[in-house]
Amino acid sequence: MNLFQQLRLGFRSLMLHKLRSALAVLGILIGVTAVIWLVAMGEGVSYQAQQQIKDLGATSIIVRSIKPAEESSRDVGSRFGISYGLLRDDYERILTNVPTVTRAVPMREISREVRHREHFIDGQVIGCTPDYFGMNRLKIARGRPISQVDMQGYSNVVVLAWEAAAKLFPIEDPLGRAVQLGTEFYVVVGIAAERTAAAAIGGSLDARQYDRDVYIPLSTFRARIGDRVFTVRAGATQLETVELTQITAVVEDMGEVDATADIIRALLQRYHKNVDYAVVVPKELLEQAETMRAMFNVLLLLIAGISLLVGGIGIMNIMLATVTERTREIGIRRALGATKGEIVQQFLWETVVLSGTGGLLGVLVGFLCGPTVNGIRQLVSTFLPEVWTALPPNIRNLEPRLAPWSIIAAFGISVGVGIIFGIYPARRAANMDPIEALRHE
Amino acid sequence: MNNLQPVSQRQSVASIVGVSKVYTLGGHQVKALNNVSVEFQQGDFVAIMGSSGSGKSTLLNVLGCLDRPTSGQYFLAGQDVAAMDDETLSRVRGRYLGFIFQSYNLIQQLSVVENIEVPLSYQRPPLPGGRERCLKLAELVGLSGRLGHRPTELSGGQQQRVAIARALVNNPHVILADEPTGNLDTATSHDIMNLLDALNRAGRTIVMVTHENDIAERARRIIRLRDGRIESVSETRPLLPQVGIG
Ligand SMILES: Nc1ncnc2c1ncn2[C@@H]1O[C@H](COP(=O)(O)OP(=O)(O)OP(=O)(O)O)[C@@H](O)[C@H]1O
Ligand SMILES: [Mg+2]
Repeated sequence: MNLFQQLRLGFRSLMLHKLRSALAVLGILIGVTAVIWLVAMGEGVSYQAQQQIKDLGATSIIVRSIKPAEESSRDVGSRFGISYGLLRDDYERILTNVPTVTRAVPMREISREVRHREHFIDGQVIGCTPDYFGMNRLKIARGRPISQVDMQGYSNVVVLAWEAAAKLFPIEDPLGRAVQLGTEFYVVVGIAAERTAAAAIGGSLDARQYDRDVYIPLSTFRARIGDRVFTVRAGATQLETVELTQITAVVEDMGEVDATADIIRALLQRYHKNVDYAVVVPKELLEQAETMRAMFNVLLLLIAGISLLVGGIGIMNIMLATVTERTREIGIRRALGATKGEIVQQFLWETVVLSGTGGLLGVLVGFLCGPTVNGIRQLVSTFLPEVWTALPPNIRNLEPRLAPWSIIAAFGISVGVGIIFGIYPARRAANMDPIEALRHE
Repeated sequence: MNNLQPVSQRQSVASIVGVSKVYTLGGHQVKALNNVSVEFQQGDFVAIMGSSGSGKSTLLNVLGCLDRPTSGQYFLAGQDVAAMDDETLSRVRGRYLGFIFQSYNLIQQLSVVENIEVPLSYQRPPLPGGRERCLKLAELVGLSGRLGHRPTELSGGQQQRVAIARALVNNPHVILADEPTGNLDTATSHDIMNLLDALNRAGRTIVMVTHENDIAERARRIIRLRDGRIESVSETRPLLPQVGIG
């Protein structure tokens, strides 16, 4: 018999029990679909993470202030509260003493209530220079970013992030109007475009939500808000002195990143008694993300393996039942000249038809991953808008990415599973005594 | 394959010499066949009779290479098959033997013509002219109009005709039939016997187990078994001189 005839025979034998065969096919189908979908989701998430890390800049080095453990902080118990973190001098030192650094962008950040009439939000107030927008690829949807003139003039101007603008100005156009920060009023000059949160990978950098940011000139921040801020932690008010929250240093070439980061670490070590800063290299985050992705894929393969194992057991179960039911047929074929090997082949072809059909259908359903996710997105956003807006942007913007290797692997493994789990029933069929088999009712 | 000879050179197609088959059940030995020797000539038509448990099916299974004798020799087409391994026995069955069973034993999911075709798929090397052979045989047994039917859509007699066509498709040296009319009414039984008779006249060697005297009478020789031994051999009709097979 040629391949086509074998497949046809297998198919027709399976059609003897349509429902049973369909269920076995379904088992494999679900397994294969699960593999493809999970891998596609995983790829989508990791692609997003990579894009976000790339947004942080593969040629940049981020230095952040870290609040040290209480006992070791500078001026413990002083009535000035604690003082820690990056200094304006650090910024100058990095810019002037590290030759590979072409550019450095300082930033100061605190949480503050931002008001417009009866509307208010818990915003992140970012004191920044004009460079900050380009550095973080923040696009201005309307109006303009913070300018050098604002810096020099200590102007009370503010750029609102998308969500902050929407919350504070549900009706009016925010441009040209004032928002209140503490006791001061700031004129809205621009609105930043919506963007997804930056990745939090490896715990080295907090996930950064940009949606509630309000940007003011760094000079204005220093003049109006100052370095000393009260924070409320565990019910106790504490005075903290921080000059800069973050300095982003940029080098020319990705190859210089590691060496430059080392120089910056050495430089900061010389001037800081405590390690009240962290040097984060997005390039490393990228590598960490790669490792994460590999681990994630291993996990997915494990899940895939389990679901295909379950499918395989389903197939074995059905083939064992089939072999028992078709004992007579096996006896007939043996009497008519079939060798044990040919009986094994016949039943293996049947399992291949089962698992191959499941695999093919699984791949087809696998291709529906994108449309399905889009469909669900549409449904949720139209019928459950509150749920939709409550979802983190990472999930809202998730685009599954079909990985070709997962399609090939899932199909290949499903057929392999069919063969492996088909061997035992097929051998059992072949090893029957022909006389006994012929006598079987 | 078609090495049937004219009557002048008639030779033994199958012969068993001193064959015994012993079953051991719980330490107890049953001699299903006890030192049986018999020779089947080309063109023979033999009915095996005997009471239940006398060893008829056991003898047929040995002849059919489905079972190996405990001792003794079995020559089929000049080869001693008693000592062959399982795979070779399968090949021998497929090449030299045709089976007809009491309960027809057709494969349910296959059509009439596909059932007839089954032995062809186990021929190594393949026999030429597969499908046409099946169609010719279907015509021979009078089922040309039912080629696409499933076994469940046929009467018992029709199913047995399909089985007969199937037994002929590999052009076997010997056709073995275990109570081929056992499940059929008298009229249908005689139809089937007419068919076997015609095949025998055309030169086929047939060995058939039966309980019924009038069926046995249609054969040329009757071998009676009792307790695994040959009790008697009687000749009802002499072997006819014969020409080739159609
Ligand atoms: N597989 C087996 N195991 C043990 N004993 C067996 C086996 N097959 C047959 N026998 C015994 O061998 C003897 C002959 O059996 P056999 O089937 O050849 O009888 P038979 O002549 O065909 O009978 P029937 O007319 O009832 O079909 C019986 O005593 C039977 O019990
Ligand atoms: Mg019997």
